[in-house]
Parts: sequence; C-alpha cells; structure tokens
Amino acid sequence: MNNIAIKVENLSKAYQLGEIGTGTISRDLERWFAKVRGKEDPFLRIGETNDRNSKGNSDVVWSLKDINFEIEQGDAVGIIGRNGAGKSTLLKILSRVTSPTTGKISGRGRIASLLEVGTGFHPELTGRENIYLNGAILGMRKKEIARKFDEIVDFAGVERYVDTPVKRYSSGMYVRLAFAVAAHLESEILIVDEVLAVGDAEFQKKCLGKMGEVSKGEGRTVLFVSHNMGAVKTLCNKGILLTQGNVSFYGAVADTINCYSQNFINNKAEFKSIKGNRGLEIIDIVINGSNDPSINIFETIKIEIKYKIHNYEYSNFETFIIIHDENDTEIISFFQKDAGKLALIDEKNKNVIASFENILRPGNYKVSAGFFDPYRNFVDWVAPASLFIVEENFHEGGRYDYRLGKVFSKAIWS
Amino acid sequence: MHKSDFQWEIEPANSLLDLKLKDTWEYRDLLMLLVRRDFVSFYKQTILGPLWFFIQPLLTTIMFTFVFGRLAGISTDGLPQPLFYMAGITAWNYFAECLTKTSTVFKDNANIFGKVYFPRLIMPLSIVVSNLVRFAVQLVLFLAVMVFYYVKDASFQPTFALALFPLIVLLMAAQGLGLGMIISAMTTKYRDLAFLVTFGVQLLMYATTVIYPLSAAPQNLKWVLEINPMTAIIETFRYGFLGAGTFSWVSLGYTTLVTGGVLIFGIVIFNKVEKNFVDTV
Repeated sequence: MNNIAIKVENLSKAYQLGEIGTGTISRDLERWFAKVRGKEDPFLRIGETNDRNSKGNSDVVWSLKDINFEIEQGDAVGIIGRNGAGKSTLLKILSRVTSPTTGKISGRGRIASLLEVGTGFHPELTGRENIYLNGAILGMRKKEIARKFDEIVDFAGVERYVDTPVKRYSSGMYVRLAFAVAAHLESEILIVDEVLAVGDAEFQKKCLGKMGEVSKGEGRTVLFVSHNMGAVKTLCNKGILLTQGNVSFYGAVADTINCYSQNFINNKAEFKSIKGNRGLEIIDIVINGSNDPSINIFETIKIEIKYKIHNYEYSNFETFIIIHDENDTEIISFFQKDAGKLALIDEKNKNVIASFENILRPGNYKVSAGFFDPYRNFVDWVAPASLFIVEENFHEGGRYDYRLGKVFSKAIWS
Repeated sequence: MHKSDFQWEIEPANSLLDLKLKDTWEYRDLLMLLVRRDFVSFYKQTILGPLWFFIQPLLTTIMFTFVFGRLAGISTDGLPQPLFYMAGITAWNYFAECLTKTSTVFKDNANIFGKVYFPRLIMPLSIVVSNLVRFAVQLVLFLAVMVFYYVKDASFQPTFALALFPLIVLLMAAQGLGLGMIISAMTTKYRDLAFLVTFGVQLLMYATTVIYPLSAAPQNLKWVLEINPMTAIIETFRYGFLGAGTFSWVSLGYTTLVTGGVLIFGIVIFNKVEKNFVDTV
C-alpha cells in the first residue's frame, strides 16, 4: 500500500521569449521541417538555466527543468522560492491550465485549484447565480452546489445580498463569496496560489483556518504557494524550495524555509567594518528576529543589532541604520538621535533594536549599521550585509499595484 | 508502482484523436449555467429585455426589402419579399453568430482559461446553445410574420422538408462551431484572422442565398453557390417553411458530409491548441 497523491517525473516547461506572432509562420515551418527529418526542435535547446539576469543565447527559457518529486496523501506542501523560480508555472501545470513541455505528472484524486478567487464571476449576476456558475467552473455538479449552498453563503457572510448582483458588492464581500465557493469544493487535492493576499486580516485568518482544517482534518493533500512564510509555516508540514526552475530542497517546512533564507543570506556571517576603532563591535544584524527575510509593505520591521564590548569609555552611544537596495544605493537611513535619545550600554543583552514601518517598494534590500560615540565619532560601521525581501503585498492584504516610487508613506489627508 | 494506481496523468501532448468528449459530458451543468449567464446578462439593465432579439432581424428585413427588393428588384422565388428575407436572415444569423462568437472564444475567455481547468470545448458549445435560445426567439418572430402573410394571402405552402428542420439547425450549429473553432485555434497565434472574420462572414453572406434565391443565380456561377455548404441549408430552410427554393437530397448530403468534416477537424485542432494557448495568447 502506498499513498502517493502526486508524482512528478522529469517535468520541464519551456517558454518562448520575445515577440510571439511575428515570424512565427517561418519558424513553425522550420520546426516542422526539423521534425520531419527526425531532428531536435531547433528552438528548444535544453541546458540553459532560467536566470533572467544573464542573457541566454536562445529565445527559449526553461521555467522548470527536470523536476522530480512525490507528494504523499494528506501532506500540506508549501512551495516557496524567489520570484521567477517557477512556482506559478508548476501550479499552472498541476491545474492543467497549461501543459508541460516534457515529463509527466500522475496522481490520484480530484484536483481543485485556486489560482485566483472568483474566476468567471459575472458582475451582472446575483450572488446566488454566481455561486452556481463559479462552482460549476471549478468542477462541481449542480447538485453538489445546491447541497452546500447555505454553508457557502454562511461562510461568506452575505445572506442579505445573495439576490443582489455582485457588481454592487463591496470588494471585501466579493472576495469572501468567491473564496467561500472555492473552499467548499470537495476534492482530494487542493492547489492554492497566493489568493489569500486578499480581503481583510480577519477574513484571511478565517481562510487560513479553513485551509488548515482542509489539510489536517479531512486528510486532503494541499499545495500552497506563497511568499508569506508565516502562512506557509502554519499551514504546511512540508516544503519545496524552487530555485531557477529546479527543486533545490524538499523536506520539513521549517528546514525548507531555513534553506531559503540561508540561500538568500549567504554572506551574512561576515560583517566587514568600514570605519571606527571597534570599541563596540557589531556582530550580527537580525531582521524580525528570525531567518525569515520576507516582509510586506507597511508591516513593521524590527532590526536588532547585536554587539560585543571591547573597550568603550562612554556609557551611551548612538546607533544608525542604512538600508540599501540591491545595487548598494542608499535608500533610507535611521539615526537614533532623531528619536531624541542615545542607547545605553546594555551589559546583559548587548543589543539595540529599531522598529519602523516598512515603506519600501517590493524588492531586495541590504542593511548596514553603525555606532557613534556621544560626540559623533565612528565606533563601528559595518558594510551592508543582512538582507531582506519586501514582498509584493501590502500588510493589510492588498496586492502591490506597481505604483511609482521607491518608498511609500501614509499622509494625513483632509 | 503500477501505472494503473494513478487516476490521472498530465502529459505534454495528447493524441490527436482524444476528443475529451467524456470529460466534456461531465461538465454539462457548467454548459447550462453558462447559457443561462449569457441569456441573463444580455438583458439585465435593459428596458426592452429579450425584445432586443426581435429588433435586429426586423430592422434588417426592412432594410433588405427596401434595398434589394424595391431598389434592386431581385427575385424572391415568388414569395412576399419580407418573408423571403426574414427566412434567410433568421437562419443566417444563427450560423453567423455561432461562427463569430466561437472564433474569438480563446481571446474572450483568456482570463478564465488561464486560471481554471475545465474541458475547453464547453465554451464554444455554450455559445452555440446560447445562440440557439436567441434563434428560437427569432424563429417565433418569423413564424408570426409567416402566419400574418398566410392569413393575408396564402400564396405559399410549407412542405415535407419542414421535417428536416432539426437537421438543418444541427448542421448550421455544427458548421458555425467547426469553422469558428478552426479560426479560434489559429487566431491564438496569428491575430490577423480575427480581422478577417467580421467582414468575411459578411462577404460569405453574399455568397450564400440569403438575399437572392439559388434559382436566380446565373448558370455559370451556380457552382460557386453549390460548393458553399451554407447554400443547401438556407435553401432547405426556405423550402421547408415556405415551399419555395431549390431542394435536393444530393446537395443536402454534400453539406452534411462537409459539415461533419469541418466539425471533427475543428474539435481536433481546438483540442490541440487549447493545451498551450495560455502561453501564447
């Protein structure tokens, strides 16, 4: 007796770069001609990695390359990785929205995939009509939907509006209804993309609860893609780390997240001093107290600076933190004196903690920090080392909308 | 592990002959809900509601009667002009709507197709069925006009070919669907075809016996009209209801064959494209 729910073998997916359409007739002919002669497809050269920073020499990029893994029944697996690592492609193939270029996936049980909530919702139709339509699109039979109808309406909390066209719904109600339909799908395998990045915090909690219930209580297999490490940690027991189209780690969820962070913060161990006599030496910069480097916009970032005391004659000092972007350009700095006081030497904890609201746009950032003595002489200043990633979400749950600017701030409006 | 342990497999390409008809049947509820959606969303927030279904054929008939009947004086096989045109328009509209709507099915549904799997064939099928509702409503209008002229002066008689009506509808649907799917499959890569469809359908109408009877066509050009599989459909439709027109088992048989071929080819090519269209559209 084995209980493998999904088995992925040698799965690869190639995407064509550049324009599609122009010149495709001639290319199609060329491809066809190669096939007739029994040759390899001239436009599909295997062997190039999916690295968008380096320009490859063919027009084809392998979004997934030779992936193999097996998922056991009842497991909740979090799929993590940086943007462009192939997470979405994997989900799309599993949901049968697109097909693999090579390889095979076999499995057992009905798949419900939630790459988006509310797919096929029609604004003119009422809540009731949309529940039926959306349910059917997701693969439910009419009878099944009818049986669960009350439960769905109850979960979404839209009893009063069920016969109102959904275009009159608030966006929150809309999303709640959409999620409710999907959550009540009877399936053995549930695939979820970051659809939880919608709705208010309370509803998100409810969704996470429902999903947890799904994977733990009902013995369903769940695949969950998210940038939200917290959610992955609470929901999943296993993790798959994708790096440039390959599975670079597959194991317990905590280990996978650790591996992801290690991968990311590879040069953390070194804190190179740029300036100062190091009477106080900075030995570590910890972000949000963990190895999880991901932060949402407007979430609070807590940066802890740990130090050693060598020979320092004063009882207080000033700390500063500078945040750099990927290209080492300084984006923003924080000086302790601006907040009105200096730090006291703390013999016991030997740390300084700064908390601030994250106003940075999504991307990768490095942190450097330093100490002044009370007369603003450098005591220590370490080169940018610690890294963190600002995710493409707002803390309140909305998606980053590609607005302009490197930083965002909240004004007082009147 | 034995292969049979698994219930499903996802592989790069299916065989061309796997038409996924069983899969499609499983989703029949979705088909009906989509039809309902099309119908309901069509008249929501309109005052006249489903009455709009009448207005288009009615105005076109008046226009054709004026231009082709009065001004150009084209023969109508001895039938009252409005009745003749309305028969042609009602049937033609159904075919044309099926064709044009199906031909943009990938583009129109790119959003849904990109997010959820269901047998894609459901979408074009739902278009054909939705239009059937519309066709039925327009047919009622046509019958009303027919009764009006029949009472006024009974210069025409329905014939036995009326019994072929279900077949005619089926052929129109299958042809619109088949052609539409072929075009839709090609437009995912080559958008050019989409531009062709709109006026192509219009041109095709003039190459079909909608505004003139087959009997009025010049002898040396008749073969063009007879090759067009839509001709036999329109002619049979008219012959059945109004007893005027050219009816032959041979041309109906020819049309059935061509339509069957087009439909099967359409489904095959549609299924082939459907698998990866998300990457190219």
